[in-house]
Formats: sequence, structure tokens, C-alpha cells
Amino acid sequence: MKVAVVGAGPAGVRAVERLVAAGISPVWIDEAPDGGGRIYQRPPAGLARDARTLYGFEAKRATSVHETLDALKPKVDWRPETLVWHIRPEARTLNTLSRGRQAEVAYDAAILCTGAMDRVIPVPGWTRPGVTTLGAAQIALKTQGCGIGRRVAFLGTGPLLWLVAHQYAKAGAEVVAVLDTTSFATKLRAAPGLMLGGMTFAKGLYYTAWLRRRGIHIAEGVTPIAIDGDDNGVTAIAWRDAAGREHRAECDAAGIGWGLKPEAQLADLARVPFRHDPVQANWVPVRDEAGRTPVAGIYLAGDGAGIGGAEVAEIAGARAALTLLADAGHRIDPIETVTLDRRLASQARFRAALERAFPFPTHLARSIADDTLLCRCEGLRAGELRAAARAEAATGPATEVNRAKSFTRVGMGRCQGRVCGAAAAEVLAAELGCDVAAIGRLRGQPPVKPIPIPAPVSAP
Amino acid sequence: MTTDCDVLIQGGGGAGCSAALHLAQRGVHVILLERGLVGSQASGVNYGGVRQQGRNPAELPIAKRSRELWGRLKDIAGTDAEFTVTGHLKLARNDEEEADLVAYLDVAKQYDLPLRLVGRNSIHQEYPWLGPKVVAGSFAPEDGAANPRLLSPALANAARAAGADIREHAEVVAHAHDGTRFHLRTSAGEEFTAPILLNMAGFWGGKVAEAFGEPVPIEPLNPNMLVTEPIRYFIEPNLGVVGGNVYLRQIPRGNVILGGGHGESDPSVPWSRPLPDVSVRAMELAVELVPAIAGAQVIRSWSGIDGRMPDRIPVIGPSRTTPGLFHAFGFSGHGFQLGPAIGAIMTELVLDGRTDIPLEAFRIDRFGTTAA
Amino acid sequence: MKLVRLRDASRPRITLTLEGQPIEAQQGDTLLTALLAAGAGHLRESEFGDGPRAGFCLMGACQDCWVVVEGMGRVRACATLAAQGMEVRRG
Repeated sequence: MKVAVVGAGPAGVRAVERLVAAGISPVWIDEAPDGGGRIYQRPPAGLARDARTLYGFEAKRATSVHETLDALKPKVDWRPETLVWHIRPEARTLNTLSRGRQAEVAYDAAILCTGAMDRVIPVPGWTRPGVTTLGAAQIALKTQGCGIGRRVAFLGTGPLLWLVAHQYAKAGAEVVAVLDTTSFATKLRAAPGLMLGGMTFAKGLYYTAWLRRRGIHIAEGVTPIAIDGDDNGVTAIAWRDAAGREHRAECDAAGIGWGLKPEAQLADLARVPFRHDPVQANWVPVRDEAGRTPVAGIYLAGDGAGIGGAEVAEIAGARAALTLLADAGHRIDPIETVTLDRRLASQARFRAALERAFPFPTHLARSIADDTLLCRCEGLRAGELRAAARAEAATGPATEVNRAKSFTRVGMGRCQGRVCGAAAAEVLAAELGCDVAAIGRLRGQPPVKPIPIPAPVSAP
Repeated sequence: MTTDCDVLIQGGGGAGCSAALHLAQRGVHVILLERGLVGSQASGVNYGGVRQQGRNPAELPIAKRSRELWGRLKDIAGTDAEFTVTGHLKLARNDEEEADLVAYLDVAKQYDLPLRLVGRNSIHQEYPWLGPKVVAGSFAPEDGAANPRLLSPALANAARAAGADIREHAEVVAHAHDGTRFHLRTSAGEEFTAPILLNMAGFWGGKVAEAFGEPVPIEPLNPNMLVTEPIRYFIEPNLGVVGGNVYLRQIPRGNVILGGGHGESDPSVPWSRPLPDVSVRAMELAVELVPAIAGAQVIRSWSGIDGRMPDRIPVIGPSRTTPGLFHAFGFSGHGFQLGPAIGAIMTELVLDGRTDIPLEAFRIDRFGTTAA
Repeated sequence: MKLVRLRDASRPRITLTLEGQPIEAQQGDTLLTALLAAGAGHLRESEFGDGPRAGFCLMGACQDCWVVVEGMGRVRACATLAAQGMEVRRG
């Protein structure tokens, strides 16, 4: 049986571990040179910090994932630095590109563990050099030992906001402000549910307290105004506090992010249907608790199947592999599946509370000023998208998100709507006066990421 | 619920929307039924070529008339749909293809189509970015390209403003003719009747014709389209080749749009997508024509569903079985440029009973499959 | 944008060039790190006049850190390791 696993983060590692244990040697593909996913991404050789410094509370998990990954590599067809740019579920083939070489991989079953990226809301000045996602700020520090600046502000919401701020302060950067767009009251309301998270909840409290103790400026319930700058990059961040007062802090970099969104393009190309999850405020591919999709031979696990975090990804990866094995007629241990299912269910309850504690601030996305850059690839401003939704547009109003893309080029550029898609959908829905779920979802188109035109064979 | 009107149009591509506009402008009560959104299939997903050069001679009178409408599109539809007169340069890569270009000069002359042969001595001087495989070209200065995503919605919007009733998400599931009127029922259970029906349903036009006893040999045609990231703008003319296995153009924003070969589709969904090996092949052929695009990143690809007839020209004209039924479908990949004129021509057929454009070559019974 | 080396900052040095000007970096740097830590400021210009860009996601998703490396073509600076002697141009 030919099995392909895409992604070597926590979900992919635990999926492959189960497959190998069952005697299957899958083709295992990852874009990065050394696996680990984004959360447990390893620094290149030569950077020498230990796991404790790199991954903090997660050091043990990270080390375990890395050890398992390294032990599995010789037992599988390991293909690092390889992009899967297309999938054809009808033919059960994947198309890959690695160092300029095209290849086709045939599969009978595939587990897609494609991870997630930061969800962002455009703020005036967000495309300036010096503004990155929270995830980027973390990656710079973790894998490169670098801060995105010397004096850094963090803006957004979610656990990552506090974690990254903590990591920066600890590494010696000056954290000038931590600006959470969620109010304290919102978090308080979700507190009982957050208790379900046990350690995760405690870690969140720890980071916040740690930052407060060091006198770092913390504000909750803020409204961003702008990230200012000059030719050299960022110079300051401005915001309005919960009471409506304007503030400004000088800084040379800013990390922004409002939770995560699935990198589900491959599932989309695999023709897995999607549903809008109002709790996550994300479109997520449809799958059952066991990781099975309605598309024959396609299984999903990890954040690419809906945001759950690294711990969930490990469990879901193992679970999806067991599902695949059971579907293929292998005998699997029923006790193990029950245990995994129980852990997934408990984590799901915590996750829902977390989403309620740090909700995606749709009101901020919907109120992006007309002259703010919305789609950074195509240079489209929010007002241009709004104009396309209005009846007086020459094309008639765009009443659906793919129509809006057709008319305005929003989400049509290099990143294919990964970055602006969530906010653009809110802007469009607000202009049309409807719920974001009603305007549909940007359809994925191959390639999953850009692929280069090859050099001519008969070059002169 | 039943809605009456003067003319029913099935299919909201560029041609159907143009017909709705022209009919409404002449005071006709017209209802257009579109299964999805207007311009979702062939009209909206094609390459965007607005080309007369190289066409089947039978299409040239329509193409010329359409070209005149394209030039006035801003007045007609409120937008020029990014129509740009860049010229169309058709390239030959060997002696045989060059002979083909030369032969077409006679056709062009006959139809008064300006065309200039760019021979071996000058092709690389005039276009220094062309690859060494190119040996000659023929340049049509009046041709160009437009943004296919805008044409049908803009025509539909103009038609609405003129009084046409454009119904999107209205899939026709049953057709009948009671001797004087057509009865069309949608999947939502609505019924529409009219004494005149225009079948402008692209690939699915074959099904409509069949419903009225006129089956035709039509096949789905799925263009395999790619677009690159923006790169320095240097390819001014819209480029094609003899044989048509690759075509490309660059828009001033910098993106290179290229196509060649065919994708896959399931018209019953409808669903279509480019094929990976076809995409890679199109890139290889394109970079042979213009080596400087090597390394540019392809960021997106797409396909759609058109209808292709065995002789690669559409069916246009009155039904041979059912009075009041007029066809215009199966454009075989040529419909985008022709669309605006088709709407005008259909309007003349319906309201005037005649048109100056010769349509003999497009008769529906030319395949010998129509029941007697 | 200036990346600041906070940790692991004493690795062996390598030299590359940006637009012909020499840049000192460290082994294990991505191109993005190498350029932005050395003071390059930005990696590319928006094609549509919206100013300079220096990457955004650092995980190969946002597609806003493309640069050109002689002999390699266009690459994402965040996902490409810098190497001794690389000749880099802004993308």
C-alpha cells in the first residue's frame, strides 16, 4: 500500500510513527530541510542553543518529536525541501517540486498535515519593513537567534502574543508594549473553560505575570491606529486604549497577529469540502474526529485541519494514521483509539474556550480604513474592495468572495489570499451587510505555492 | 410560479449577456437564466485574447463586427474590461509554420484584415526578446487582449440597467415547447415562458439543442491557463503560434498569462481544473518563445468549460426543429472576442428576421445528426 | 528593518554581496537574516508602488521576501540559507 504523508510537524511525525509501526513505509514530504513544523522548527546547524532555551515549556515535546523524526527518516522515503504543489484525488497523485525538479508521487492514501499560519488584520503601515507576524518574530528568534528589532511592540491577540513578548524580553530585546485587542473582561468570561487546559492556561498566566513584573507596558482592549515609519522602517506604534485615549510608543519593529488559520490549500485541491467554523472564525476542511475526509484516501491532521495547537496535532496525527490503517484493513488497538479520542475531545473543549478568550476581532477587520493596504501582494486598498461590493460598480456588486477576487484582484497575488483573505472576507461581508460565512471562501488554485518557469531546454 | 416574457436566454456568458443587453435596448422584455454567476465558465476563465488573426474565415465577419464593439465597450458596458490594443503577433517556429502564416495573408486580404508579415530578417530585430526557435511572425495591429473576468458581469450589469432581467443561480432543468411558447423550469421550481428562446449555454448548449431534437457532437473544452507573478513589463503584443499549442501575453501590471493544452473537467458539477503535466508543458513551450520569462514564478492556474465542435467553429442560427429557437453555442475556444457581436447578431435574427453577417457555415444541421 | 542578533551570534563569518556590495553574515543565517541583520533595510519593492518590503511571515507563506541569487534564480529569502560568496539582488 502506497501512503504519502505531507508535513513533518508534530502531526506528521506522529502519523508516520504509527504507519511505520504497522509496517508501512510512506513517502514523507516536507518543505523544510529538517522537519519539525513551524512550532518545533530546528535552527540550522551551527546555532547551538539547547532545547530548553529554544522551546521553553515545550522543550520535552520538541525533543521527543525531533528524536522520533530522526529515527523515522531512514525507515521511510523522506523527501525534505519538497513542495507539494498539486494533488489529484481522482488519479491519487501528488505533484512535487524539489530544487527545480518536478515529480509525481502516486498514493493509495494520503495524510495531509499542512499546518497553519498567522491570521492578520491589516493596520495602516503593516507592510513596512519591520512589521512581521507574531509567528515570524518567534521564528526569527528561535531559528536565527535574531529579534525583528531592538525595540519591539507586539499587537494582536491570542496565546502567541504573550508567549512571543515573553521570549523577546527574555532574550534581551526591549519590549515597548504588548497590545491585546481583546478586553480583559472577555478573557475573564472564558476563564472557567480555560481551566480545562491545565498547563496551557497556567503558562498563559505565567507569561502575563512575568511581563507585568518587568514593567512592560501591557494594554488590553486596544484599537490599533497605525504603525508609523520612515524610509528605514518602523518608528512608532499608535493605538487607542479601552477608554478611547490615544497612545504612541516609539519602536523599530512590530509583531502582529490574531490567532492562526489553517494552511489548507492542499485539502482544498484534494476536493475536501469546507465548512465555516464560527468559533475559530476560520474555514476548515471537513473531516470526522478520526481524521477521515469525505474524499476517498484523504486524511487530515494537525492545524491544517482546524486550529488545535501542537499537542492536539500530535494526537490527531496518530489518530489519522490509525484511521487510515483501519480503513485499509489493518488491525488496530481499540484501546489506543479510544484513548486518543478521549484526549482529542478534552482538548477540543479547551480550544473552544481559548477561541472565546481571544476571539478574532471581526469589528477591527470590518472597519479597516478605505486607504489602508488590504492585499499586500496586489497593492489593493480596503476601499477598492468595498467599491466592488457596491451596486454602482460597472460589473455589478460582487456578492461572493471569489467574484470580489475576480473583479478587484484581492487575494489573487503571490500568496493567493493566505495573508489578506480573512480580513478581506470581513470587509466584503460588512459592505454587503451579511455574515462572513454567507460570502463563501476563496477557492484554492494550483500551485499551492509559486513554481518557477524552467529555463528553456534549447537555451542559446 | 410562472413568469412570461418576450425572449428567454439560457446562458450568461459574454454572448448571452450581450444579447440580453441588445434586446433590452430595443425594448424587448428579456429574461436571462444563468445556472451559476454570469461569466463563470468559458467567457470568464479564458485567456482574454481579443483576436481576429488566424480565425476560421467564416468567423471573420463576426470578429470584425465584434472588434468594433470592443472599441466602444466603455460606452456600452461602463468599463473597457481592460481591453488594450496591443497587436497580436502569431509566431512560426519552422518552415512549415511560416508557410502557414504566409498562406493566411491571402485570407486577411480577402476580409480586409490588416496583417503584416515579420520575416526572418526582421523578427528578432523587432522583438529581440523572442527565443531562437522563432523564425517568423505575422502581426495584426488591431488585435489585443482584455480581462475576461470583467466582460460578462459588466455586460449583464448594463443589460439590467437597460431593463433586462438577469437571473443568476437559475439552473434550467426542464425544457418544453407547446407549439407557440417555450416553457423552462429551474431547479428552484420556477417556470419561465416566452415565444423565443436563445440557446447560448456554451458546452451545455448541446443539451439544450438535444432537448429540442437537435443533438450535435459537442465536447467539453478546458483551457489550461497559468499566470505568473508580476515581472518587468516587456512583452507588448499578445503572442500566439501556428498550431496554437501555446499562447501568452503580459499585462502592464507585469503578470504573464499563458496557456496551452487542456485541463480536466466534469461538466455535470460543473468542475474543471488544469492538469499538472499540461501546465509544466505549457511553461516549457512558453519559455521557448520568450526565454526571459525563465524563473518567473507561476502563482495561479485555472480552467473552465467551453464547448468544442468537431470543425472548431460554433453553432449559430435558427433551430431546424423548433420555431422561435435560436442557437449560439459551442464556440470552441473562440467565444470571448466574438461575444459582444453575437449578442447583436442574435438580436437582429430575433427582431429583424435577418442579419448582414453570413451564418451559413454555422448551421446546426451541418453535422448530419439532426433528426429529420 | 534591522534584525538584531540576540543569541548564537558568534558563528563563523561568511561574506556575500547584495547588489554588488559586500555583506558580512554568519553561517546558519537565512538570506533574510543575512541581509536584514547587515543593514540592507528591505528585500524588495512592491510592484505597485506601495513601498519597500522585507518579508512578513518568515515561514514561506506570505511570498513577500523574494530575492534573486546568481545561479539560483528567484528564491524566498526566509527559506534559503546564505552561503559564502552568494551574489544577491533585491527581488
